[in-house]
Amino acid sequence: MTVRVQLEDFDTAHELDRMTAGQTQIGAVVTFTGLVRDFANPATVQRMTLEHYPGMTQRQLEAIVAEARQRWPLDDCLVVHRYGELVPGDRIVLVITASAHRQAAFEASAFLVDWLKTKAPFWKLEEDGGQRRWVEAKASDDEAASRWNR
Amino acid sequence: MKVLYFALLRERIGVPEETVSPPAEVRTVAELVTWLRGRSEQHDAALANPAMVRVAVNQDYAQPGDAVRPGDEIAFFPPVTGG
Repeated sequence: MTVRVQLEDFDTAHELDRMTAGQTQIGAVVTFTGLVRDFANPATVQRMTLEHYPGMTQRQLEAIVAEARQRWPLDDCLVVHRYGELVPGDRIVLVITASAHRQAAFEASAFLVDWLKTKAPFWKLEEDGGQRRWVEAKASDDEAASRWNR
Repeated sequence: MKVLYFALLRERIGVPEETVSPPAEVRTVAELVTWLRGRSEQHDAALANPAMVRVAVNQDYAQPGDAVRPGDEIAFFPPVTGG
């Protein structure tokens, strides 16, 4: 189980290979990659800065990964979340879940991503030409996360 | 205690963190918010809308009635937008 919060990009294939090498009990791996998408219309020169709360981010991510392991029979799990300056097309977050069976891998992946959206202490600042704007939290993300409260 | 501000709240208040010594009767998150709002117009405006402010005590999410103590690390920030 690994959690990393980093400035650098990540290599999905490399992380996947590292997780599954020699682990023949794993029957299913689900990878989720979140990308920065165009946020202006029409698209102009843009970038995003992702701010976080260093100590709390690592701690909260480790807690939610531990909870996912309690809920589903996972063989392994990786969460990588970037911070700093990003542009549309950049990878921003990677979640990999591995299990003997696909249902556990799928469900744990959805759980982790929903949770990341609503609880992990990250904030997006979008810049579009001279305009800068903090992205507001979405009620739809809260609704998606609430389905795991049972 | 150390108080940290992130994202829009940091910009509105103008500092990323400050060390404060509230009076002994400030024992909860809600009481700390009231006391901090008295520090400046910027604090007052930034912390005015509870729906737009999340709180963590020692890096765990906290509610208005939760305790705060000298030596704690208290963070204020807007609803999160990661992922």
